[in-house]
Amino acid sequence: MQRYVVRRVAALAVTLLFVSLLVFVVVRVLPGDPALIILGLEASPDSVARVRQALGLDQPIPVQYARWVGQALRGDLGRSIQYDLPVGTLILSRLTVTLPLTLLAAGFMIAAAIPLGVFAATRHRRWGDYLTMTLSQLGVAVPGFWAGLLLILLFSVRLGWMQSGGFDGWGAGLWHGLRSLLLPAVALGLFQFAVLARTTRSALLEVLREEYVKTARAKGVAERTVLFRHALRNALIPIVTVAGIQLGQLLAGSIILESVFYLPGLGRLTLAAISARDLPVVQGVVLFVACMIVIVNAAVDILYGILDPRIRYG
Amino acid sequence: MADPSISDPLSPLGRGQGEGSQGEGSQGEGPRGEGPRGEGPRREGPRREGPPRRARALRHVTLVVGLVITLALLVTAAVSVVYTPHDPLEMSIATRLQGPSAAHLLGTDQFGRDLLSRIMQGAITSILVGVIAVGIGMAVGGVFGIVSGYFGGWLDEGFMRLVDAIQGFPAILSALLLTAVFKPTLTISMVAIGIAFLPVFARLTRASFLEFRDRDFVVAARALGAGDRALIGRHILPNTLPPLIVQATISFPVAILAEAGLSYLGLGTQPPNPSWGLMLKEAQGFLGLNPWYAIFPGGAIALTVLGLNLLGDGLRDVLDPKTASS
Repeated sequence: MQRYVVRRVAALAVTLLFVSLLVFVVVRVLPGDPALIILGLEASPDSVARVRQALGLDQPIPVQYARWVGQALRGDLGRSIQYDLPVGTLILSRLTVTLPLTLLAAGFMIAAAIPLGVFAATRHRRWGDYLTMTLSQLGVAVPGFWAGLLLILLFSVRLGWMQSGGFDGWGAGLWHGLRSLLLPAVALGLFQFAVLARTTRSALLEVLREEYVKTARAKGVAERTVLFRHALRNALIPIVTVAGIQLGQLLAGSIILESVFYLPGLGRLTLAAISARDLPVVQGVVLFVACMIVIVNAAVDILYGILDPRIRYG
Repeated sequence: MADPSISDPLSPLGRGQGEGSQGEGSQGEGPRGEGPRGEGPRREGPRREGPPRRARALRHVTLVVGLVITLALLVTAAVSVVYTPHDPLEMSIATRLQGPSAAHLLGTDQFGRDLLSRIMQGAITSILVGVIAVGIGMAVGGVFGIVSGYFGGWLDEGFMRLVDAIQGFPAILSALLLTAVFKPTLTISMVAIGIAFLPVFARLTRASFLEFRDRDFVVAARALGAGDRALIGRHILPNTLPPLIVQATISFPVAILAEAGLSYLGLGTQPPNPSWGLMLKEAQGFLGLNPWYAIFPGGAIALTVLGLNLLGDGLRDVLDPKTASS
């Protein structure tokens, strides 16, 4: 067990190194001079030279990479040109919006998908099942940002119950903040909710066919107990795996939903940075989010191995 | 998903977004439907399952509905090359932001351009980006998978860690980085979405190559003096295609979702080219004035993705009853 975990963590370290290399290659090695991207094509050679020196672009490429990774490991992701603040500080401040949004969407997804999946599985090939599957077909067809627009259309334009977006910060109170994140979280979680509901249904159906379920029923164990104590617990392994992978996708998806609802999170920070040619911010955010996703995926993988020994020795 | 999530492409996306999760959702549902017939529907005690015949009929409904929607999409895209009710670029301030009417079946946008005509042309963008993005993911991922699965060892280890790393880049993330370095273009969305699909195709190809590498017919061919190129190209590769094709049908709608998301953010198609995502971005400023403007392009996306998903599910069930979803 310990050796398994150590091996996986070592693999994760290599993977993260590859992540940094990919970001570095796009920004520094592909044709396109970061100094020119930042300053614009009309910049004077003098200022270009100054920016190049400030960014360390006059050094050999491997040296640049080593320096950049070394700094990133110490939490230094460079300095924003637009705000003149450390990129790490900017990311942390914007995470106070992005992270709650992602977690709220994940909470919505899990709270809705698992009961619905269980419902469908217990009504296999009957109308409740077909209805649920139809709903989930619609769920995976509707783009999250369009769902967001429709929610705005309904709740703020038509009914006037909520503002159409914006975020006043957590200073205005917990409930006030959560209220602004509610609609975006629903729109963000919709697609993944539909995927997870289908996963839950199929995982549970799989387990319900097992011999031990038949045995439990034959013994006269109450159907509720069979379902929740015997079947669902074993079905949870694939469900948790899929849900874990979805967490990373929700984080990436929040970038779009922040734009729909004008939330000042990581996504809007990055889009604004692109317009302002603030390359260090874009580079920092992309590196950060990609690492987060890779780490979550690896954690799910390791957890899977711990829960299911067949994976560990397979 | 795909995510890809699409995650997702968006991940989608992904999704990327669209990575594996959606595939598992529909593919991994195991042998049901036509499954072990002998056990019959009564094995769940007092609760009764619907008759299998109903399930089979439903499967055909899925396929037919999916086929009809997909054909409608293709016909729309093809027709829009030669005919649209109005010129999609023709502006008319007098008739801006109108709801549906006889003159403009789906209404007009903020420049008075005909929405139906623009949505029709948007279909081309979606199909084009979807096909090329899936192609990129399949080709590059396929090469990764071949190297990993055929040669194995350190090469395998290295390539799979690289694939793990690439999995950290849903379409949206690659698109942000590429747009910051280059200019936002259609090519960037294709490449970004293609990158998001790379891991799933790499893993599938690798798995097939691992499966076939030591089969008797491959060993025999090698003993007869076939080189690596012949073994890979002539003997193993053809056997790996079916799962890849199935994955492509799962990925295509995820790619369309991802394209819409990217162009909504302004990272993909640029105006005045019609793209569904871009239209929604512009419609957002006029939600109070013409809500239809925000409804129809999104409806086009949802209908397209629904049709492609249904078609994919239906085809998989018909072609491969063993992994049929019910």
